[in-house]
Amino acid sequence: MIRFKEALYRWIFTVMAFTSLFFLLGIIIVLLREGLPILMAVGPFKFLSGVHWYPTYDPAEFGIFPLIIASLSVAIGAMVVAVPLGVGSALYLHELAGERIRHILKPAVEILSAVPSIVFGFFGMMIVAPFVQKIFHVPTGLNAFTAAVVMGIMAIPTIASLTEDALGFVPRSFKEASYALGASRWQTLIKIVLPAAGSGVSTAIILGMSRIVGETMTVLMVSGGAAVIPHSIFDPVRPMTSTIAAEMGEAVTGSLHYSALFAIGLVLFLMTLTLNIISENISKKYRIKLGLDR
Amino acid sequence: MKNKIIEKIGFLFLFLCIAITLFFLATIVYFVVSRGLPALSWEFLTEAPRKSMTAGGVAPAIIGTFYLIVGTILFALPLGLATAIYLCEYSPRGYFVSIIRMSINNLAGVPSVVFGLFGLAVFVKYCGFGVSILSGSLTLSILILPGIISASQEALTAVPFSLREASLALGATHWQTIKRVVIPTAFPGVLTGVILGIGRAAGETAPILFTAATFFTRDYPSSPLSECMALPYHIFALMTEGSHPDQQAVIAYGCALILMVLVFMVSGIAIYLRKRFRQAFTH
Amino acid sequence: MIDTTVKLARIAVENLNFFYGKKQALQDLNLNIFDRQVTALIGPSGCGKSTFIRLLNRMNDLTPDTRAEGRIILDGKNILDPKIDVVNLRRRVGMVFQKPNPFPKTIFQNIAYGLEINGETDKNLIENKVEESLKKAALWDEAKDRLNDSALRLSGGQQQRLCIARCLAVEPEVILFDEPCASLDPISTKKIEELIGELKKDYTIVIVTHNMQQASRVSDYTAFMYLGDLVEFGTTEKLFTVPKNKRTEEYLSGKFG
Repeated sequence: MIRFKEALYRWIFTVMAFTSLFFLLGIIIVLLREGLPILMAVGPFKFLSGVHWYPTYDPAEFGIFPLIIASLSVAIGAMVVAVPLGVGSALYLHELAGERIRHILKPAVEILSAVPSIVFGFFGMMIVAPFVQKIFHVPTGLNAFTAAVVMGIMAIPTIASLTEDALGFVPRSFKEASYALGASRWQTLIKIVLPAAGSGVSTAIILGMSRIVGETMTVLMVSGGAAVIPHSIFDPVRPMTSTIAAEMGEAVTGSLHYSALFAIGLVLFLMTLTLNIISENISKKYRIKLGLDR
Repeated sequence: MKNKIIEKIGFLFLFLCIAITLFFLATIVYFVVSRGLPALSWEFLTEAPRKSMTAGGVAPAIIGTFYLIVGTILFALPLGLATAIYLCEYSPRGYFVSIIRMSINNLAGVPSVVFGLFGLAVFVKYCGFGVSILSGSLTLSILILPGIISASQEALTAVPFSLREASLALGATHWQTIKRVVIPTAFPGVLTGVILGIGRAAGETAPILFTAATFFTRDYPSSPLSECMALPYHIFALMTEGSHPDQQAVIAYGCALILMVLVFMVSGIAIYLRKRFRQAFTH
Repeated sequence: MIDTTVKLARIAVENLNFFYGKKQALQDLNLNIFDRQVTALIGPSGCGKSTFIRLLNRMNDLTPDTRAEGRIILDGKNILDPKIDVVNLRRRVGMVFQKPNPFPKTIFQNIAYGLEINGETDKNLIENKVEESLKKAALWDEAKDRLNDSALRLSGGQQQRLCIARCLAVEPEVILFDEPCASLDPISTKKIEELIGELKKDYTIVIVTHNMQQASRVSDYTAFMYLGDLVEFGTTEKLFTVPKNKRTEEYLSGKFG
């Protein structure tokens, strides 16, 4: 009886543990199934490379190249903002902040990461966009530049906190060896500690990038929403995520438009999956390098 | 001498980085608080919107968010805790473990809007739950599942092995040991994960966009199958729909303030609990 | 000269071999553990004494990739048999560990735990049993007014006696002590040693220790182990005064270990 009960519990937990895999596969299946009609109708290559996104015109055109460009340009712009600030903040927390200040600042940075994306979007729309419009004399503040800045701010905590963890894993002996050779704190930090944590830092950056590519509400509110290839950083753009969020409401279930939005979801999923797998591989190697087994 | 100057400049740069980061945080908090506070009143918290979203309160959105949180935790906690128990207690080096770990890691990286698509296709359409609290909660629970799992795993691994030994040596079965010793000891750590999950579920918008949220209902949700208003979605809707942008913006500030207070409180509690829990097991 | 054959062998170990993966940790052990006697296992670190004691209630099951050969007979049954009910075995063969490991619960709950998992629901019975166990473990006077305090607030020595009380409440027949005083101060150690002297009236006791004085003070029989071999086994008196084996003699005189 006891044995039966024990075996039963083991089974229950095994089955429940597989739900994550089940959900992941479910997502892939759903995206493929719902996205397939448009890929069949237009062809996968034309879908990806087409430069016209007119889903509601007659005849409709489904080319998501401008959306991909929008996603990438906003993401790259955001990284330009977030990487120096995030890594710099982490270095400050790691090297310069005293114990007491660190105990205050680290939670503060973590709390910044808890701010919901809708609040960032709202903040971007109300405060940053008018500011950008005024400073740069552009027709609208809702554009790729504003989106990149706001998303960059959003990504700082992710990058800072993961980088800080990576810096913490660098053995003290590295630092001590460098000091013993007469190197200054700055030289040690930049030439020894940061490179030693290098793969940890790159993991942080890639994960931050993946977050940004997948971020929805903020870009939906501040990127302006024009589905054309931008000519300047101050042009409005429409990244993939916001296209899905904005158009799903009006797309008729089962139509090509509906299918196209799922296909965009599939592209998005594959992009973030790739980034995650890359970062996981780097961090695995990094753990082995520093002898942190897991 | 030159080195000294470079070092000074370098450290100044690092200081500027953290200062700018904190400045952004402070700016966001400042604007949301200073403009949201005037909107807040007893009426704002307890009444439904009136005059096409330009007056009245946001109570249905608060209630809706609350229901969504409860539903989400109801699904995600058992699943997440069970997964963590399987990984830590039953099969620390089994064959399936690497597959499950891989799934969890990748699930954590899926964009929130993709969860929304999944919820739309599966819960709303295929299961026939419609746009409802149930569909939204299920969708959100998949989103926070990886977080609950990893917090639970951390909590379970922090339970000293000697306690398991003690229990087993008394003739307790494996399951008795898990239920009566391991889970109660790990509970504060699991709670941290749940609280962080609450913060996440409260703030996410994209997953409920097509699965649960509606801009306006006069009635409070009556069953898990009703659609509902939700704070984050309400902010979005106020900013993008309706015909009185100025009056709506004031209400949106109020919603943003409530949401932010909620999320800050929740993460503050979670960070505090996590610290206490970690200290309890480092002798 | 004491005639060992008159005593009843409670546990008989026959040709016991034990492996961690490919590495052999115990080699061909043969010995008897006598009823209501204290048997001490001594030897330098890594000699296999802890490995051996953990086999007596199958705690080794928790270590992956291990293998045991031979037999350990308890009341006519081979406890190494994979078909044996280990849960039941562990109820009969209790264990006290090197480091006190009370549950993060109250003192009362710690002791009640063993009863509750056995399905005991009678509150009065549990209360009586808690009191009885604490008395047997010489902790009652110190703990009776704070039964609802967290066990973690007791001192190290008190915690260890609580662990002994917890073990007694399940009413085992054999109690295994795995270096029970390794992390305790001399005064607490003395208390535990006195306690073991009391307990042997009712229980069969096996104790692992790397403290030779302790073995000579508390035990009736001593087994000296070295690198996985049982070098010598006999009454404590004889082993300490006239060791037969040269290695035993060297160890006892402090030449190695």
